[in-house]
Amino acid sequence: MTDTILRMSGITKTFPGVKALQDVNLDVRRGEIHAICGENGAGKSTLMKVLSGVYPHGTYEGDIEFEGESCQFSGIRDSEHRGIVIIHQELALASNLSIAENIFLGNERSKRGWINWNETNAAADTLLRRVGLNESAVTHVLELGVGKQQLVEIAKALSKDVKLLILDEPTAALNDEDSAHLLNLLRGLRDEGITCVIISHKLNEVMGISDRVTILRDGKTIWTDEIENLSEEKIISGMVGRDMEHRYPEHESTIGEEALRIEDWTVYSPTQPDRALVRKANMTLRRGEIVGLAGLMGAGRTELAMSVFGRSYGVNISGRLIKDGIQIQARTVREAIDHGIAYATEDRKRYGLNLIEDIKRNISAAALSKLAKGGWVDGNEEFKVANEYRASMNIKAPDVGAIVGKLSGGNQQKVVLSKWIFTDPDVLILDEPTRGIDVGAKYEIYTIINRLADEGKAVLVISSELPELLGICDRIYTLSAGRITGEVPRAEATQESLMTLMTKEEQEVAP
Amino acid sequence: MTVAPTNADMSVSKGPAGAQDNAPRRVSFDLKQSGIYIALALLVFGFTVATGGDLLAPQNLSNIIVQYSYILVLAIGMVLIIIAGHIDLSVGSVVAATGAIAAVLMVNWDLPWPIAVIATLAVGAAIGAWQGYWVAYFGIPAFIVTLAGMLLFRAVTYMILGNKGIGPFPDEIRTLANGFIPGFMGNIGLGALGGADLFSIIVGVVVVVALAFVQWRARAGRISYNQVVDPMWLFLLKVAGPAVLVMFLVVQLARFRNLPWVLVLLAVLVVGYTFVTNRAVFGRQIYAVGGNLQAATLSGVKVKSVVFWLFVNMGVLAAVAGIIFAGRLNLAGPTAGNSFELDAIAAAFIGGAAVQGGVGKVVGAITGGLIMGVINNGMGLLGRAPEEVMLFKGFVLLLAVAFDVWSKRRTARAK
Repeated sequence: MTDTILRMSGITKTFPGVKALQDVNLDVRRGEIHAICGENGAGKSTLMKVLSGVYPHGTYEGDIEFEGESCQFSGIRDSEHRGIVIIHQELALASNLSIAENIFLGNERSKRGWINWNETNAAADTLLRRVGLNESAVTHVLELGVGKQQLVEIAKALSKDVKLLILDEPTAALNDEDSAHLLNLLRGLRDEGITCVIISHKLNEVMGISDRVTILRDGKTIWTDEIENLSEEKIISGMVGRDMEHRYPEHESTIGEEALRIEDWTVYSPTQPDRALVRKANMTLRRGEIVGLAGLMGAGRTELAMSVFGRSYGVNISGRLIKDGIQIQARTVREAIDHGIAYATEDRKRYGLNLIEDIKRNISAAALSKLAKGGWVDGNEEFKVANEYRASMNIKAPDVGAIVGKLSGGNQQKVVLSKWIFTDPDVLILDEPTRGIDVGAKYEIYTIINRLADEGKAVLVISSELPELLGICDRIYTLSAGRITGEVPRAEATQESLMTLMTKEEQEVAP
Repeated sequence: MTVAPTNADMSVSKGPAGAQDNAPRRVSFDLKQSGIYIALALLVFGFTVATGGDLLAPQNLSNIIVQYSYILVLAIGMVLIIIAGHIDLSVGSVVAATGAIAAVLMVNWDLPWPIAVIATLAVGAAIGAWQGYWVAYFGIPAFIVTLAGMLLFRAVTYMILGNKGIGPFPDEIRTLANGFIPGFMGNIGLGALGGADLFSIIVGVVVVVALAFVQWRARAGRISYNQVVDPMWLFLLKVAGPAVLVMFLVVQLARFRNLPWVLVLLAVLVVGYTFVTNRAVFGRQIYAVGGNLQAATLSGVKVKSVVFWLFVNMGVLAAVAGIIFAGRLNLAGPTAGNSFELDAIAAAFIGGAAVQGGVGKVVGAITGGLIMGVINNGMGLLGRAPEEVMLFKGFVLLLAVAFDVWSKRRTARAK
């Protein structure tokens, strides 16, 4: 078992302005699952890009030795040829093609340029069985959920005779069930002799699946150790460089008047108008209170939030919104904002930010009229406001003219929050506010959430991570198949009790 | 670092981070933006040498402006549409249709010209509203809607005009398109340069002073908000550079006849639209829509209305161009404006607009239009065949966008 399949030594990679990697060493043993942990920006993805040839030989310093041979990859095809396959966080499947076409994309089963479809589909079916995906090879990828798409990616990797499989945050977008399946699959692959390198923020997964763990911090290797010697706390302290006694800041909420009440809220799917995504939901949000919304993927959390936020999702929406005791109409996003409702999306890159613009223009985007007189924007005032947020939210950037697309996930999230706080809302709906954010920045986000509650705003936090909800919320609603199945004060809630409510099927209510 | 005010010094610092260390702010221009100004300067320089100075001769400068004014007007509207992530292929046909309508109103119906002009602009707005409706509210890609519009409005033109042209236009329209501001104050002597129109020179000086004042006030405002500003020498250079250009242009034009009316119109449009894109809420929303449509929607921007009004605006500007073009030829013809859309689109892209939307500048599009105008004019002076001109313009467009893509890839790698 001590056979080393991969040895990266002395890897240094410099970008203009930053040393992304500094003398990094990584040893991976044949047939192990090796986890790489580190905060965002620690250099994990960069290291994997060096390994897979995305950054070709010559653009970095140091040596890569794979199966005892020194390697100089000039591109991703080179490394794949040697059996190193990387699966990126953002899946790279062509959604209009079938599963089989995707699996053999660029590697077609063909003779003299003509594709042999029978062989393609048969081979794909074999691979799908191997990864435990019960779908036909001719199914189009766009019909699959994220979890199944992830399996297709793995099947694709297997089709290339993979020896070393690299997974970048494979379960970030998966629900618990899909995650469990994926992790089981990885264990199976390990038993078949395939080595895995997994990058993950989910420490319970790391503890559950990996054989060894390497910690990166600020572009340097901190340590590598056997899983037997480790605990989640130890990994965290390695990642952040300090002991983190509390992952969640202490907070005592001062709960005030009711701010928003949602009554009999029902939302239908825009693609299947006869399918209800949210059914007769009732919720109450109070000033100064942090309320959690828990639910599995597909339970309708985002659909509920977005439909409340100016009907920005769903059709045939019915029900009542009562703001400060008065029934309101919020038929457009603008009306919702004007009524003091804000919604920070779960997908900040796609729905939250204009990535090619700078920080100040993103912060002002939802409340530009506050900075304008007679239709003309006061650029100086905008600069001032943005700078205030940069200071109060601790956005790490050289100045507010920095392009948002180049910031780290945590800083991007702070820009999103700044944008919504600047609209001066009474009710803030935060959808997965800490997704894809490192541990240190998460703590900062929690602190900001607490501060918002202390300022008398009603905060609704949607999260897939139950410990997070238990850590920061005063009260938690559970959603299952579009129905509110429970409302639990923090003191009474446990992960198990929430999970029971989240998976509860409520049949007694007529549809 | 020596403080040498050269172009090389102002371009993006290419060195690694060390060079910038803790400098308050990189003294640099956007390479992409300054690139097109340098390209225009090089072209002007090259053609001036090749034509033995004819390119910059007073009468020729006047010709370039008058001949390409309508393309520049279209380029302003086009770049806004491209920033929002759309395209308009119909503008050439709309130029023809609105020119024809103007001719019918003024020539056949004998309406007073101001009323006819307003009515024509209204027709342009209606055409824009028609296309804007299909793009923004019905959700058909602009490429398709305006491709259809290209056919529809060309057909409308033929239906109005048949196979013949209508003219001549009233004197006022011809003056707008072809004429010059009268010399209210007579000439003054400029030594070796000979006589020049005094009023034009005064206008030029006023414009230069006003530009300097506006920039100085903006700088003072930024300083009072503790923003980082360019160092004084660079600021003066940025004020002096355009000032020298404006004065050179004005003096040359004053030596010929005077300021063309279309130049005045164009200057007003450029300044107005630059302000709108930089400072108006509406302008910001155009960039927001083009930069990330979903994010703009979820920020409460009424994206459909923004796109709709952009097309209305394009229609009005196309009508302006239609009137100028017909007035210049003194005839509204059924083939007017053929392939103008391509010149306007090329101007916007050469000027640094991005195909994906969210990026672009009015001044950039004007510069892009001027680059094409200088190529057309310069090669014409050299007696080059039209196919050679086309060939050259094609390569320039390709190169400009290739440069854009290349510089983007370079910054992406540097991440």
